Amino acid sequence: MNKPNKVLILGSGALKIGEAGEFDYSGSQALKALKEEGIRTILINPNIATVQTSDNMADDVYFLPVTPYFVEEVIKKEQPDGILVAFGGQTALNCAVALYRAGVFEKYNVQVLGTPVQSIIDTEDREIFKVKLDQIGVHSARSVAVTTMDDALAAGEKIGFPIIVRAAFALGGLGSGFANNLDELRTLAQKSFTTSDQILVEESLKGWKEVEYEVVRDAFDNCITVCNMENFDPIGIHTGESIVVAPSQTLSNREYHKLRTIGIQTIRHLGIVGECNIQYALDPVSEDYRVIEVNARLSRSSALASKATGYPLAFVAAKLSLGYSLAELKNSVTQTTSAFFEPALDYVVVKLPRWDLGKFAGVNRQIGSAMKSVGEVMAIGKSFEEAIQKGLRMLDTGKRGFVANRPEEDLDNATIDQLLSEPNEERIFAINSAFEAGYTLEQVHQLTKIDHWFLQRLYTIFELGNQLAAGRPTGLDGLETKLLRDAKKAGFSDQQIAVQLLGEGDVKADELLVRARRKALGVLPVVKQIDTLAAEFPAKTNYLYTTYHGTENDLTRETAKSILVLGSGVYRIGSSVEFDWCGVQAVQTAAAEGYKTIIINYNPETVSTDYDVSDRLYFEELSFERVMDILDFEQPGGVILSTGGQIPNNLATRLEEAHAPILGTTAAHIDEAENRHKFSSIMDELGIAQPRWKELTSLGAMQEFVREVGFPVLIRPSYVLSGAAMNVVSNNFELEEFLKTAAEVSAEYPVVVSEFIQEAKEIELDAVADHGEIVSYAISEHVEFAGVHSGDATMYYPPQRVYVGTIRKLKIIAEKIARRYEISGPFNIQFLEKNGEIRVIECNIRASRSYPFVSKISGNNLIQKATQILLGRPVERDESERIYDLPFVGVKAPQFSFTRLPGADPVLRVDMVSTGEVGCLGDTAEEALLKSMLSVGYKIPQKTVLISGGPIISKVALLAPAALLIKKGYTVYATQGTHRFFAENGIPSSLLFWPDDLQEPNVLTYLKEKKIDLVINIPKNLSKGELDNDYKIRRTAVDFGVPLLTNARLAKAFIQAFCTLEMKDLKIKSWNEYKAM
Amino acid sequence: MTQTVKLILEDGTSIEGESFGAFTSAAGEVVFSTAMTGYPENLTDPSFAGQILVLTTPMVGNYGVPGEDLYESISKIFESDKIHIAGLVVTYYSEEHSHWNAAKSLGDWLKEYNIPGICGVDTRMLTKKLREKGAMLGKIVAEDDVPLHDPNLDNLVAQVSPAGIRHYGSGQHKIVLVDCGTKTNIIRCFLERDVELIRVPWDYDFTTLDYDGLFLSNGPGDPKMCEATIQHLQKALQQDKPIFGICLGSQLMGLAAGGDTFKLKYGHRSHNQPVKLTGTQHCYITSQNHGFAVDTATLPAEWDMLFENLNDGTCEGIKHKTKPFFSTQFHPEAAGGPQDTEFLFDDFLKSVVEYKNR
Repeated sequence: MNKPNKVLILGSGALKIGEAGEFDYSGSQALKALKEEGIRTILINPNIATVQTSDNMADDVYFLPVTPYFVEEVIKKEQPDGILVAFGGQTALNCAVALYRAGVFEKYNVQVLGTPVQSIIDTEDREIFKVKLDQIGVHSARSVAVTTMDDALAAGEKIGFPIIVRAAFALGGLGSGFANNLDELRTLAQKSFTTSDQILVEESLKGWKEVEYEVVRDAFDNCITVCNMENFDPIGIHTGESIVVAPSQTLSNREYHKLRTIGIQTIRHLGIVGECNIQYALDPVSEDYRVIEVNARLSRSSALASKATGYPLAFVAAKLSLGYSLAELKNSVTQTTSAFFEPALDYVVVKLPRWDLGKFAGVNRQIGSAMKSVGEVMAIGKSFEEAIQKGLRMLDTGKRGFVANRPEEDLDNATIDQLLSEPNEERIFAINSAFEAGYTLEQVHQLTKIDHWFLQRLYTIFELGNQLAAGRPTGLDGLETKLLRDAKKAGFSDQQIAVQLLGEGDVKADELLVRARRKALGVLPVVKQIDTLAAEFPAKTNYLYTTYHGTENDLTRETAKSILVLGSGVYRIGSSVEFDWCGVQAVQTAAAEGYKTIIINYNPETVSTDYDVSDRLYFEELSFERVMDILDFEQPGGVILSTGGQIPNNLATRLEEAHAPILGTTAAHIDEAENRHKFSSIMDELGIAQPRWKELTSLGAMQEFVREVGFPVLIRPSYVLSGAAMNVVSNNFELEEFLKTAAEVSAEYPVVVSEFIQEAKEIELDAVADHGEIVSYAISEHVEFAGVHSGDATMYYPPQRVYVGTIRKLKIIAEKIARRYEISGPFNIQFLEKNGEIRVIECNIRASRSYPFVSKISGNNLIQKATQILLGRPVERDESERIYDLPFVGVKAPQFSFTRLPGADPVLRVDMVSTGEVGCLGDTAEEALLKSMLSVGYKIPQKTVLISGGPIISKVALLAPAALLIKKGYTVYATQGTHRFFAENGIPSSLLFWPDDLQEPNVLTYLKEKKIDLVINIPKNLSKGELDNDYKIRRTAVDFGVPLLTNARLAKAFIQAFCTLEMKDLKIKSWNEYKAM
Repeated sequence: MTQTVKLILEDGTSIEGESFGAFTSAAGEVVFSTAMTGYPENLTDPSFAGQILVLTTPMVGNYGVPGEDLYESISKIFESDKIHIAGLVVTYYSEEHSHWNAAKSLGDWLKEYNIPGICGVDTRMLTKKLREKGAMLGKIVAEDDVPLHDPNLDNLVAQVSPAGIRHYGSGQHKIVLVDCGTKTNIIRCFLERDVELIRVPWDYDFTTLDYDGLFLSNGPGDPKMCEATIQHLQKALQQDKPIFGICLGSQLMGLAAGGDTFKLKYGHRSHNQPVKLTGTQHCYITSQNHGFAVDTATLPAEWDMLFENLNDGTCEGIKHKTKPFFSTQFHPEAAGGPQDTEFLFDDFLKSVVEYKNR
């Protein structure tokens, strides 16, 4: 074997819809696999929140965009012998194809390890792919690849409607959809052509079963399928949007193995080396099939398959790309048997997607052939019922399972029919509504095309729910052990049982009654191992789940001193890979301190759910019930819940009441910070200024408060995550509208209204305290003024434009707060600063989103320190203020996924809408900012910039940047008001008419014809017409792939950066080089 | 209304579960299979005769049982004309089933053949027990108790082998199939390959027949019970006509060659057994169902191990150094399980052609 000495690995950049945490998992595994071989690894990934960009992973990291330009520059500098391109999703793959076509690998003599680039092209170019399949007699959907609209329409007529349109070279089904006629096809094709030069018009297989296989092949032509998966939702709904079951449940042996054999045949023919995924449509009434696609790289499905089976696909794929044969590798679970095998599962896995569509104004909520979900969960059980009910709770959308959810208004049959046949993210609950309304299984099947078997399983849950509810007259005393056990086997939580049996009373108290009764009756879950071989050989790893379909635990409690770390659960807007990084850091620190570590988490896209990260991994719910079950079983020395974001933090009070050994700040103090009312009172008590606020009790009281402080005001309920249901209202009409929706959200907690301070600087402090004394901290500054959610804000670390005096004041306030709350462990405070006056917005007594960013850039690992404190270790107070010594600047920038969310208004508000982030380094703030913005998809404009300046304040702010653009030779287009204002101030701009002016030259025409390279549109909260116009400009920009900025401060910073720096000025400097400065 | 039944093992373990299939008692050897699909194929595989089968895949019965369509007078889907297992043990029996070609439920099918099933059992716990203690005798007890019974003491092959000779196909290669309990997919695999097949009982003296190649089928139990087959085989080994054996057929070839066989602790019953072609980097995922194996160390000098199990190093097939005789412990005909080694039928027929053209 000719092993390379130095290998470059391409990451996937920021998390976005269609490309999320799964690539942190796959990249991390690849790094581990190479490291084991003594190969030097260089990683390019601007996603600073990931585990793979941590200190101990790659030998060196470049926080740079994964684009051909930067990758080539790194190759030029590093001179690697090999490159891995299959571990960074579509971003890395597209970049590699471009570099290959440009001859870059050849030029620098870099060997592409694993699957050859030509094989990748063969799978990505739909026409070549079809030809390849035809060569071996494998069926694919009848389709025509076209590059022009006329050809697309002709193809549609030839194939016959309905048809599906897909864009080639696109991640997560971007730019695809169904068309029932020529008009729909025209609209769809136009949009698809904006994301890809080539589109595919093909026969619709809507309603067929969708089945996937993960296939692994080595350089010796040995080939296996590691896992097959069946979609609960038939073809028509993207697999990323589908509920997926592993292994397949409704396929006969003939079907299973027919597709398996075709998969192996296809992958051999394509010449893939490593791992790939093949997707099929299977006729539900015959053995007819079509191959839909092959992903010649690690994918979301492969991450899922790895977690579902315990087979480390990414790790093995990396080894195979070095030239190992599968037979030479060991099964890392048994450590004795071969890696050349196909896992046998003795459990059922269900994956469910998590959407956050409610956060986007105007978005089309229907789910279909393009991806919109932002995260996923994986649930494990011995039955489909057990797994799916676990999964529905794991989504953390407030659902208790398939049944026993908070009563909603009864849906009429027409609405149910529509929800079933034109699904949105709530479809599965519409199935329950249909059962309640007396629909037969056949009716539901006709409307959904979901296989009868799955529907029957759901019906079993529905019936059990009814049986429990029938026991209300006798309550808990009358509950028979058999029914209780059957309900638990079908995945009912204690809370669901409480609701069915005792009604919607004090649900949390009733849940405890059910729990006590259940334990008294001896109905307990058992702990089972995932071992890849269905118990045929003993497992050496502790990859665990719980089930009620068992009588024996696979292992006994951990007897050495142990620490339980609660993971961050499902990725959603506001909580993603950054908390996985925090959890992994906490576990590694505890292990280094000599503890056995236990993790509970259920997110298949994470590194924390790799079974080699902890001593025991419970792939389980982060619910009070399940955490208590595991605590009862394991009796660990302590529980860390402050590194997993809001889900574990929300459990603090209940766990403490149940005497769980929570480490760090007390639950009472956590609550006093989370509860806005208590928090504000305490700030008053400490004499710390904050925006004036009041607890909302009625509309009248609110209006009175508004008269006092004036509009705009900020409204938010307690226990806010990423600003959910948080909003700024500017007038009475908006106020009333908001209250209608807020009332639903805030049933359990009061709503607080506060004055909204405009043009205030937002500053954040991430810190670690020990018994109330701060031992370490990092301060960062937002580019945007307050009003943009901190998760959507662009951030400098260290701060660039904050007075020393301000920093001193912030620190004094933070010290007061830390002492008052007796904080031990991590916390975060957000401040407003205006005219030297400082106000506190909020304090979270847990790790925050910015922990990995500030920890990595400062070189001061806040989580490590926090964990040491939680474990009672002495931690020295930081000696110097690192922020003044740092010779470079870090900028964190948000990634938006608006392109994937048709209709959504791409504008920044107090509610978070970004799906990911990057963090880049530079010698100057401008350099770091430009690198980070290029990393999230912005491009330096070639010739033209459109400015629609919004309110007068932002028009003024944009004057100097506009002048700079003109000076640099750019053509500045402007909408009417801005054009006039610029003219009055001596800046020449070309007028473009508003969309509703219906007059040329019109903004929309220019956007559609790609005559504009950058759009700056600052929203105004004025007339309805203006809002519509603004919306149309923003939406069109997004739909046609034109970079868009909606914040004047950020626009100014960006323009300044690209007008003073050219690409060649952006230094190709590794993390180690920055550290050595 | 569900009825309670018990699964009792020879070590005294007693597990209560719910009855499905026939409500009756039955005894046998308790073995586990980790295959995730293929219960219609598995249950009709004659190699399972006398065994109480524990499935580790939790949900069973999902796609029902297909109808008895025929193909060339043999079943299209089933591996023989009846259910051969003595009893079935599962975690979750899915009474409601859904599949376009299902004709009945698994439970009703078991009832037709009076075979008991028990569900609600922690089959992982049971599997771990069998893994640690080895395959055990056991019984499913409904109303009336039955004594434990070791099927390996019976001549199971004699029970499952047909009474007379049957002919299939009219291809140009004349192959004798010695039926020790053959799976019908072996017959299908031959019929797809231009073969005239002569299916003879296990103890038939096939050396009296005119044929181009000899095939030794799979079958249940201890190979040493098949003395008659071994004797006939020894005669065939003296000649040069190609011979191919599968599973029990492989063990019989080993015994006839002068080697020995032994009982594995808990056998190989799954669809994911990895084997390696000796002396190459070529590996295959195979379908297996056996409790005995050839002891490679006892093979005479003119024989080699052809395939090796990657997990435990046991013999997965043997090969004569000079003559066209080879065998596999695994099932190239699959059904159920992976179809990756079906090419071995082509290899065999190639050697038949070579023999004829010699």
